[in-house]
Amino acid sequence: MISIIDYKAGNAPSVLNAVHKLGLKARLCPKPEFLRGASHIILPGVGSAGATMRSLAESGFLSALSEAVLQKNIPYLGICVGMQILFEYSHEENTECLGWLKGNVIRFDSTKVRVPQMGWNKVRFTKPVPFNCADNYFYFVNSFYAVPQDKADIWGTAEYGTDFTAAVNRGNIYGTQFHAEKSGAAGLELLRGFLQC
Amino acid sequence: MLTKRLIACFDIINGRVTKAKQFQDNIDVAPADDLAEKMYADGIDELIFYDITASAQKRKIDIETVKRVAQRVCIPFSVGGGIKDLHDMYETLKAGAEKISVDSMAVRNPQIIKDGAKAFGSQCIVLSCQVKRTQKTASGYEVFIDGAQEPTGMDAIEWIQKGQDLGAGEICLNSIDFDGMMTGYDLELMVKAGRAVSLPLIASGGAGLPQHLKELFTHTDSLGAIISSMLYSPRADKNFSVQELKNYLADHNVNVRK
Repeated sequence: MISIIDYKAGNAPSVLNAVHKLGLKARLCPKPEFLRGASHIILPGVGSAGATMRSLAESGFLSALSEAVLQKNIPYLGICVGMQILFEYSHEENTECLGWLKGNVIRFDSTKVRVPQMGWNKVRFTKPVPFNCADNYFYFVNSFYAVPQDKADIWGTAEYGTDFTAAVNRGNIYGTQFHAEKSGAAGLELLRGFLQC
Repeated sequence: MLTKRLIACFDIINGRVTKAKQFQDNIDVAPADDLAEKMYADGIDELIFYDITASAQKRKIDIETVKRVAQRVCIPFSVGGGIKDLHDMYETLKAGAEKISVDSMAVRNPQIIKDGAKAFGSQCIVLSCQVKRTQKTASGYEVFIDGAQEPTGMDAIEWIQKGQDLGAGEICLNSIDFDGMMTGYDLELMVKAGRAVSLPLIASGGAGLPQHLKELFTHTDSLGAIISSMLYSPRADKNFSVQELKNYLADHNVNVRK
């Protein structure tokens, strides 16, 4: 079963709507027990890295997620903040994150661009993954972006005052800085690809 | 590169889209979810829903309409009107909206911007202002509330700077003078606002022709344009499709999503 983590700060219902649009079934997971039997795990993200990490810790998801993603190798997709917390550390509220990927999360330079970045930006996918993913416009809402230490983790990039990492992948771990669930047909296709992994 | 956004704005009464002129005389257009899906298919970048009578009538936001729309479109949308506290914001976001647009309520209680940004992130809080030209304030623009009916005496430019300091993630400026007139946006307002804040800006009120969008995006720093009359108003001489508008903009070197 496709499992969408439903914690207080997330926008899980929007992701569920998108999965339904693909004609697939999924369940919202308010508690870690719901991850049992998961075929795919999606962590939606809105809000801050700090609030997300706190919320996941309080609801007991941290160990359940590590077990499912790092030990059982269940395909994982983190969206927006759900991607940022994959890294070691976020400069947003100086937050210790999951550290599954090496690197940090930093802020856009608001002397160069309007922050937050809000809108549709062109993503170039630079690394092959097991499903087709064409360059396209996706919807972003972010003040912070990840800087992976290992460039091999970069799946796609976009430009906003600077080139930044728009998507990451390492093995069964996927992350998109953009909101695939709100990126129209392009976003739905990407979700479909991930869910076929 | 980030594209300029075309945002369709729906004024909702009882789940149906209506169209006003200078915030008055609303006429019925279509069910909100039907029109939302039509715009989505046509390539609109974003939607904004104002439950326009909720604030004045002191009733709650129409959550069922929000849910129905969220099931039918996979693009971002904001909701405003009738949102009074964090609980209302939470319900609206959980119903599938990306952003909450605060307007009259934020004037009465600016703390809600700060509280909302802290609870859900700045990116969720759009400060929307109804603005009218005046001699009474330093910037020449005054904030109005309650469906553009009530003057506040507040300087619009000072207010959006305060909104930015309080944690809003985006600013939407609605020109009362230009609303529904289809003669173009208040470019001077948007230039002043662009200098005053570093947040993304959306312009609203006045678009009637494709060149109005081009003027906005070439002469001001606005990242988004709200359009409604030219898309679907029965009052407009001609309605444009989103694709027509984007083709025009792309032909005039405005970066849009196509």
